[in-house]
Amino acid sequence: MADLAEVKSLIEQALPGSQVTVTDLTGGGDHLAVVVEAPQFAGKGLVDQHQMIYAALKHKMLPVSREIHALQIRTSVLSR
Amino acid sequence: MTLTEEQMLATIKDVIEKNTIAVFMKGTPAQPKCGFSAAVVDIFKAMNVPFVGVDAIEDPRFRHVLSAHTQWPTLPQVFVSGKLIGGCDIVREMKASGELDRLVAEAVK
Repeated sequence: MADLAEVKSLIEQALPGSQVTVTDLTGGGDHLAVVVEAPQFAGKGLVDQHQMIYAALKHKMLPVSREIHALQIRTSVLSR
Repeated sequence: MTLTEEQMLATIKDVIEKNTIAVFMKGTPAQPKCGFSAAVVDIFKAMNVPFVGVDAIEDPRFRHVLSAHTQWPTLPQVFVSGKLIGGCDIVREMKASGELDRLVAEAVK
């Protein structure tokens, strides 16, 4: 299971200036939902936006780790 | 028959290249083994478009080879015209906005 505060901080570090909300969907700590508003998303497609989040969390997900099994992502552009 | 990882990668590339819509998923379209995979299958079934669903968890090495190739850690993974369009969240979002219908209409033309 993953530490929600750590997940939030990993995304914030990867995307400075972003607003991140992390929710545990099941109470088990491994099915998470993140809502991320970030200025870095401007001009990027959804695949790129999600890949930026996956990159920030790569040490917590397969194939590296099984800490996070499922990650629901919602992204939007945050204007600076 | 057990495939080598090189053969798996070749299979993955082949599936992506040869099918207008390809879904790498947990389970099969007839028997999805995960709610997110089932949701994507339901969307394409409801759109009444041909798609291919490939079980990526039958051999645990397969999803690792897939994710290493696509730089996408989760399943399902949806490809339209050879391009990764995303997983369940993105496909749902694109369906809701009408973008998926436009993309698929263009792809199956």
